[in-house]
Amino acid sequence: MSRTVWREYMPAIVVAVAALVLWEAAVRGFQIERFLLPAPSAIVTNFIENFERLVHIGWFTTKEALGGFFIGCSLGILAAFITARWVAVNEAILPFAIAANSVPILAFAPIVNNWFGVDNPLSKMIIVAVIVFFPVMINTIRGLTLVDKNALELMHSYAASEVEILWKLRTPNALPYIFNAFKIAAALSMIGAVVSEYFGGNRSALGVFITQEAALFRFENAWSAIIIACIVGITFYLIIVAVERAVIPWYFEQRKAERH
Amino acid sequence: MTNTPTVSLKNVTKIFNPGQPNEVTALKNINLDIWPHEFVSLVGPSGCGKSTLLRLIADLTQPTEGTVQVNGKSAYRARIEQDYGIVFQSPTLYEWRTVAKNVELPLELMKYGRAERRERARKMLQLVELEGFENHHPWQLSGGMQQRVSIARALAFDPALLLMDEPFGALDEMTRERMNLELQNIWDRTGATIVFVTHSIPEAVFLSNRVVMLSPRPGCIAEIVDIDLPMPRAWEVREDPHYFELVNHLRDTLREIEGGMRE
Repeated sequence: MSRTVWREYMPAIVVAVAALVLWEAAVRGFQIERFLLPAPSAIVTNFIENFERLVHIGWFTTKEALGGFFIGCSLGILAAFITARWVAVNEAILPFAIAANSVPILAFAPIVNNWFGVDNPLSKMIIVAVIVFFPVMINTIRGLTLVDKNALELMHSYAASEVEILWKLRTPNALPYIFNAFKIAAALSMIGAVVSEYFGGNRSALGVFITQEAALFRFENAWSAIIIACIVGITFYLIIVAVERAVIPWYFEQRKAERH
Repeated sequence: MTNTPTVSLKNVTKIFNPGQPNEVTALKNINLDIWPHEFVSLVGPSGCGKSTLLRLIADLTQPTEGTVQVNGKSAYRARIEQDYGIVFQSPTLYEWRTVAKNVELPLELMKYGRAERRERARKMLQLVELEGFENHHPWQLSGGMQQRVSIARALAFDPALLLMDEPFGALDEMTRERMNLELQNIWDRTGATIVFVTHSIPEAVFLSNRVVMLSPRPGCIAEIVDIDLPMPRAWEVREDPHYFELVNHLRDTLREIEGGMRE
């Protein structure tokens, strides 16, 4: 078991280590200036020295990301269920949702900051919620509507009501789509929170910290903050994968079976 | 009771996209009665409307003209009152449900109690010889086993009528032969009426009391052949000269139809 896991992840680990070694060697070999690109060793040292402070500011931003994630995902799923109930409404709304999804919502960050207050975490949560809303809604609608034709006819043959079809067929069918949306939303929520902080926010926020430290040429600090953001993003993703495996084990087992 | 046909089709015409440039007359003026405990196969070249005919009986599509009755009531009422079970070419099992839970699906929708659902699922899985697979998931079963689950599901609520749309079309030859014997067994034990769509003439002759040959564009009944081989039929029937005669006769009819199509 552990051997197969090792074999599966080994290429990725090798690539990562090689990249870090190359990076370190390049910085030293070409004597790249610290403000252009610090060496990985310098970043790691800085990261360890400032660990407590980094955790503090990281947590501040994580709370915004989480808040926005939950608000956006809940509303996205709710909207999808409401529209999926009426196929005609759905077909009318989906193009708008897809169009809205390609709007760069982060561009609104300064305006939303202005509405709810730059220091108010709520302004970041709202940006995150809006960013997350559309992919979750679109994916959920897809999952609810892209149902096997025969599976649907089977339900009709049992004279099942629309509500029964929704609970017993459409919802389980949508679960893998919803979890995929959660994974996208997890990444988007961290990006959304950090970037909207670039436009101003609480002093102990990750995005604010990165812009300030960069402006003061303390690039190791900025890089350490980026590492924290990465760790939070990856943890968030892994938690969703773990929940997904617990909620829809059949989906993974089936795909595993198909691969063999 | 026996003077009410299980399925009665009167002057049934089905036109897809009527009045549009892509209008297709799938079936024209079909008259057919199917009697209780009959096994009737619908055969014919592809595009002859045999699946459409089955879907009309199932009320999954409605006739443009004519009437479809099941157990003396409209096909619509029969569907609402769950007078039939249906098996598609693909097993159409819900992958998030175990085998037993798949069989229980129609029972859940019909508000059977939990204990009875379980008991019926157990019995049905026994009928299709899948005891011990209750807690497996569909992807853990072979194609033939999956199709047996779907037959168990179709029979779980004791419908008087079983509609089968090329149920063994996707199976390999050996599995298919075994399934034919099993289906005959199931038919015998349940006393259900079976309407069976297939493109295999030998399969139709082996299983049926009557074989209905359809010809395409527009789909109409070309011939109805009584299969007067004694029941139940053992596998050796397939070496009986009379069996060959019937199969060859139907093949000739099919060739004539296909010849006509080419002209």
